[in-house]
Amino acid sequence: MLYVQVLVNGLVLGGLYSCIAVGFSLVWGVLNVINLLHGSLIILGSYAAFFAYQYLHINPFLFVPVAALLLFCLGYAIQLAFINRVMGSPVLITLTLTFGLNLLLYNLMILAFKADFRKVILSPPLGSVNFAGVIVPIDRLISMAFALALIGLLYALLRGSRIGRAIVAVRMDREAAQLMGVKVRRIYAVTFGLGAAMAGAAGSLFSVMFPISPETANALLGKAFVICVLGGLGSVPGVMVGGLTLGIIESYSALFFGPEYSVTVSFTLLILLLMFRPTGIMGRRGFQ
Amino acid sequence: MIRILVAIVAALALLALPAVADNYVLRVVTTMLMYSALAVGWNFIGGFAGYPSFATAAFFGLGAYAGGVLQTKGVPMPAAWLLAGAIVSVFAAALGRAILHLRGHYFAIASLVVAEVLREITNSATDLTGGGMGLNLPVLSADVTTQARLFYYAMLLVAAAALATTAIVAGNRLGFGLRCIQQNEDAAIMLGINTPRYKVAAFTLSAVFPGLCGGIYASWVNYIDPTDVYDVLLSVKPIIMVLLGGVGTVLGAVYGAFLFLLMEELVWRNLLQFHAGLLGIIVVCLVLFLPEGLRGAGWARKLWPWRRQAGEATP
Repeated sequence: MLYVQVLVNGLVLGGLYSCIAVGFSLVWGVLNVINLLHGSLIILGSYAAFFAYQYLHINPFLFVPVAALLLFCLGYAIQLAFINRVMGSPVLITLTLTFGLNLLLYNLMILAFKADFRKVILSPPLGSVNFAGVIVPIDRLISMAFALALIGLLYALLRGSRIGRAIVAVRMDREAAQLMGVKVRRIYAVTFGLGAAMAGAAGSLFSVMFPISPETANALLGKAFVICVLGGLGSVPGVMVGGLTLGIIESYSALFFGPEYSVTVSFTLLILLLMFRPTGIMGRRGFQ
Repeated sequence: MIRILVAIVAALALLALPAVADNYVLRVVTTMLMYSALAVGWNFIGGFAGYPSFATAAFFGLGAYAGGVLQTKGVPMPAAWLLAGAIVSVFAAALGRAILHLRGHYFAIASLVVAEVLREITNSATDLTGGGMGLNLPVLSADVTTQARLFYYAMLLVAAAALATTAIVAGNRLGFGLRCIQQNEDAAIMLGINTPRYKVAAFTLSAVFPGLCGGIYASWVNYIDPTDVYDVLLSVKPIIMVLLGGVGTVLGAVYGAFLFLLMEELVWRNLLQFHAGLLGIIVVCLVLFLPEGLRGAGWARKLWPWRRQAGEATP
């Protein structure tokens, strides 16, 4: 029974993890930029949800679209103002740029929000449900449902909408897309905005489940890395697989080795995977 | 000719500095020398071979803990430093074999997480390393000024060794092969360059100097803890210094380190609340406006006759 409980915990956690990583994977895949800002953007979304709940009494779940919209605008602006200037530069340049932007955002968040840990505490609490001995807190269940719905929405957007097809086209062949009349720089900005929006939405959900602080950002960024490598870069289903796998692995490793080793286990796994199967479990070209 | 004279004067000034400077200046310059060694070390893999390595913090931290633990077990200080360098080199050679077949982002990430893993392991191995409480090193029985001079000369020696190694590598087969890899790795393989061996050699060279620095640093500050010596900024600052001085130039890394730490001492220490933020702004401006480093700026070019040098990439 314990193993089933741990498995369910892992799956619930994994749903949220997928949502955390999907924006990161999108930006990496389409822009070929590792966005070191991603963790901080998630935390920014969490703080927005936290303050909206504390002062305006807006339920964090209902705040998800607002957080996504706010972060979309911020991401769009960041891409236009900064990252578009270094597109196509060597890895070192883009990494250093996003690292610098992240330092700035981190420092601003520390000044604005302080480094204390905070958490949205819903009142009244939602309680938990019991499926034949397996206990799942309802807030986590709703978070997972929201996370999966958001990922589905992004998938539908990429597959069905005009702009989504343009993003996929740029991902596959930038020059050809440009020749077909796609405004590549605008698509980059939209893509980065979408990545940030997913981060903001994931952050709102995160604030319900975990305590937040600007210091949490790097841990989240690390998880996004691991998930992308686990699932393979370049597809939404890949991120889902990666996120759920990481959730399950973390839950079981906490059970067997103790929670203090969870980062070591996941990063060791990352290095092993990079050594033997750098394309990940579902890796292939084309973001769909 | 002028360049050689400048180099001799600079070397003499650095050798004579402890006789005239007070302990504060000595401490600042020791830090500058340490970062110079880190930056020059990074240049082997990042500049010559063009691999974006973020493993400097891992090498530095491992060196610090290796040196620290050895000293608490009774190994004499200089021997502990050398052993720390040796341990880090072996570690880097093994790690390099595992991750150097990755390219681009994948290599960058793999090298970035090494420090995180080592930090966690250090945190958990409480018996050996003191875990999160940190590690206290044996206190030296010498007065403050003597100690300051000792660590100054130790760091100077490491920085000079790093520079000398760079000059040697730049002129021999290894440097040539690494430059080929940097320009086009597939073509380098076609030409018959044993790229895995060359890359592991560069990676190991980029590890030994941070390892030595880590060992000396541990003795210097007498107390180390995991968050301090595995700090990601230890990986990033050397890169920023190299970017500041101009990627691929030999002395650029040294200029970059001195300039960066001078700014840090003069400007940022007055802005404690916004220290990281200002660093971020400088990084962003550097990348956006001076991608070639100060060498790329017209006024700096007039001020100092930067020359294209070994290991340099044409952008």
